[in-house]
Amino acid sequence: MRRILSGNEAIARGAWEAGVFVAAAYPGTPSTEILEEFSRFPGVYCEWSTNEKVALDVAVGAAYAGRRALAAMKHVGVNVAADSLFYASYTGTEGGLVFVSADDPAMHSSQNEQDNRRYAAFARVPCLDPSDSQECKDFCIAAFELSERFDTPVMLRTTTRINHSSTPVELGERGEVRAAHKKFPRDAAKYVMVPANARGRHPVVEERMRRVAEWVERTPLNRIEWRDREVGIITAGVAYQYAREVFPTASVLKLGAVHPLPARLLREFAAGVKRLVVLEELDPVIEDGARLLGLACEGKSIFPLIGELDPKVVRRCGEAAGLPVDRPPVKRADLPLPPLPGRPPVLCPGCSHRGVFQLLAKKKVAVSGDIGCYTLGFLPPLSALHFCGCMGASIAVAHGAAQAGLDERVVAVLGDSTFYHTGLPALANVAYNKANILLIILDNRTTAMTGHQANPGTGVTLQREPTDVIELEPLVRALGIKHVATVGAYDVGEVERAYKELMATNEPAVMIARQPCALLPESRRQWVPLEVLESCNGCGVCFRIGCPAILKSDEIDPDNRKPLALIDKDLCTGCEICAQICPHDAITTRDQMRLLEDGEHGSCALAPQGGAQ
Amino acid sequence: MSSSPLAVNFVLAGVGGQGTLLASNILADVALAAGLDVKKSEVHGMAQRGGSVISHVRWHPEQVFSPIVGVGEADILLAFEKLEALRFAHYLREGGTAVVNDMAIVPITVSAGSAVYPKDEHLGPALAAARATMITVPGERLAQKAGNVKAANVVLLGALSTLLPLTEEVWWSCLEQRVPRKFLELNRQAFAAGRAAAAAHAAG
Repeated sequence: MRRILSGNEAIARGAWEAGVFVAAAYPGTPSTEILEEFSRFPGVYCEWSTNEKVALDVAVGAAYAGRRALAAMKHVGVNVAADSLFYASYTGTEGGLVFVSADDPAMHSSQNEQDNRRYAAFARVPCLDPSDSQECKDFCIAAFELSERFDTPVMLRTTTRINHSSTPVELGERGEVRAAHKKFPRDAAKYVMVPANARGRHPVVEERMRRVAEWVERTPLNRIEWRDREVGIITAGVAYQYAREVFPTASVLKLGAVHPLPARLLREFAAGVKRLVVLEELDPVIEDGARLLGLACEGKSIFPLIGELDPKVVRRCGEAAGLPVDRPPVKRADLPLPPLPGRPPVLCPGCSHRGVFQLLAKKKVAVSGDIGCYTLGFLPPLSALHFCGCMGASIAVAHGAAQAGLDERVVAVLGDSTFYHTGLPALANVAYNKANILLIILDNRTTAMTGHQANPGTGVTLQREPTDVIELEPLVRALGIKHVATVGAYDVGEVERAYKELMATNEPAVMIARQPCALLPESRRQWVPLEVLESCNGCGVCFRIGCPAILKSDEIDPDNRKPLALIDKDLCTGCEICAQICPHDAITTRDQMRLLEDGEHGSCALAPQGGAQ
Repeated sequence: MSSSPLAVNFVLAGVGGQGTLLASNILADVALAAGLDVKKSEVHGMAQRGGSVISHVRWHPEQVFSPIVGVGEADILLAFEKLEALRFAHYLREGGTAVVNDMAIVPITVSAGSAVYPKDEHLGPALAAARATMITVPGERLAQKAGNVKAANVVLLGALSTLLPLTEEVWWSCLEQRVPRKFLELNRQAFAAGRAAAAAHAAG
């Protein structure tokens, strides 16, 4: 049966067909849907782990226990998991172990565009690089066979365009599911990586990669497509599709296995064509490899090193370099358009982070941020976040800045899921070394940015089993923080009171600002759109909190000549942040809205402003 | 540009929450049901509620390579919103068709007063300069008449379906798979209303 699957769905399907029993991941675009899809299959164990290193260790443990196991993460997740990758490369496993690295050229949703094929060479593990969903499934299965045959972890490397494109896939049946060993393996020389044993393993690893280098010469995952011999293109991943689209007459060496490179196949291909070109996204990984073999080739001299490729870029660069393009690039005259307003990502209407950020903006305090929806607090008009680097960095960066002796006290902010991910050891460090910072945990009871995945604070697992909630307050206190306050994130006054109290201490302090994400199904059921009242005089204070539901109306206040506020009732959730900061009490509360609704059947003291629809 | 009437490049553009993803899924299903090769590509991630959404769908009787449609290479632009129609109009090839939903969703840059929403009068000249045909469909109004304003995406698919040489049954069999059973009749009416609107447009 053929079905249209995204790359991520196809990887999950491949893992299931390969008989994978354990899968673990931390959510991260563009990899998140792999585990979400895998969790829908029967007869599997899968989990959201607290971070990518934990996820990889979980998969390694399952593989030591004899099962086939998968870990999935975005490219920067491999940085977090790298320590585990390197020991797993030395130990090898019992059952097959595959980890997905979902790279993000163009940084659609990431802080960098690192090329993780480099990790495969670095950690001495094979790397497969699929070109469509069918290959995502097939390569996932092949990766498990490879892993078991050579006793090695295998990287299945994708890019956003592969993860999030959908193409037809031939479905298969679930293969054999290996039972777990009865006992954990007891083989110290292989599994206890103390120096003496690790010295014994390093030659094994190098010998393994020599044998894998032989295998890649023969695997059908690598193939030559002979066409015209004037130009030969070596390519892999989604770039293969662009090569076929733009250079239909050229010969192609399609690499499914990009590490190690098949030296003899590359030499054979190079000898068979007059001009050798490498077409690959991001780093010149294949190109460097070809050059090390002494092959004269072109690559990054023609195609860009930075960003995502597409047929237009490949055609333009290819034509400029005199390569046989299918046709000249389409040249379009600029259309007669006015300046088009953008739709930038913004904190949603009703975002539970807005109240904290409007306070931090008002206090003009230095804020060390983190990875999550709340990173958007850096945008105007709030402009209330001054650093964001990677998962969990907010706390220790604030800590370091504080210990360096700044005049101002630094506030760190991060979300609940990010706190469980890498915030925990950093906060222990704050308590241990007595860094004078305030940490605000923006606890919206979910992993919001990647689409509401469960985490240790939600009380439910990936497989929808109930579990104990790890409460933040006792956890933070147990780490050694003495000053802890929990506030409702929608209560502007309460947030400010707690802020002042905690800032007055000269010791590590933590505020937990709690309010479930407004987009969670339970929250949606409680939305009550608010209205602007006649007392609005256009002062503009509510425009400064950056809420998409607050509009400038066409009505102008006759005295101060400024536009009055207007609330979009389709967007407003009734969080009341604007109502609380309005100096003229000109925005209704939820209770007043209920009164107004009752008032439709009788008299009412509150008169909504005429334009408020 | 296309060699076969079933080698079609679609670009779907809209605003998060408008149902562009469902529409592109159905377009992909229809291709598979019609025995074509197909690829579909969209990028999710930072897209919050209210962000621009673009989806590429490519059909070909033999083989599709790139999952993305190039600028100036779309046969059909299905725009769920008028500003997004303008934003992605340059994707249309000469002789292409834009199916534009008569719907404006004001972005925060406009509501905050830092930008101006383009006037309707810009659409015609922009598409004329792109040498493309425009079909305007009142998606929300027709969906409301069918019973639910949220079926506007199905109205638009109905209008789009008239541009392609496939039977109504192929479209409907794929739609049926994707919409909840209790909304089948509503969606059938929405689809028919979209087809009728496009047919009326063609008749001038």
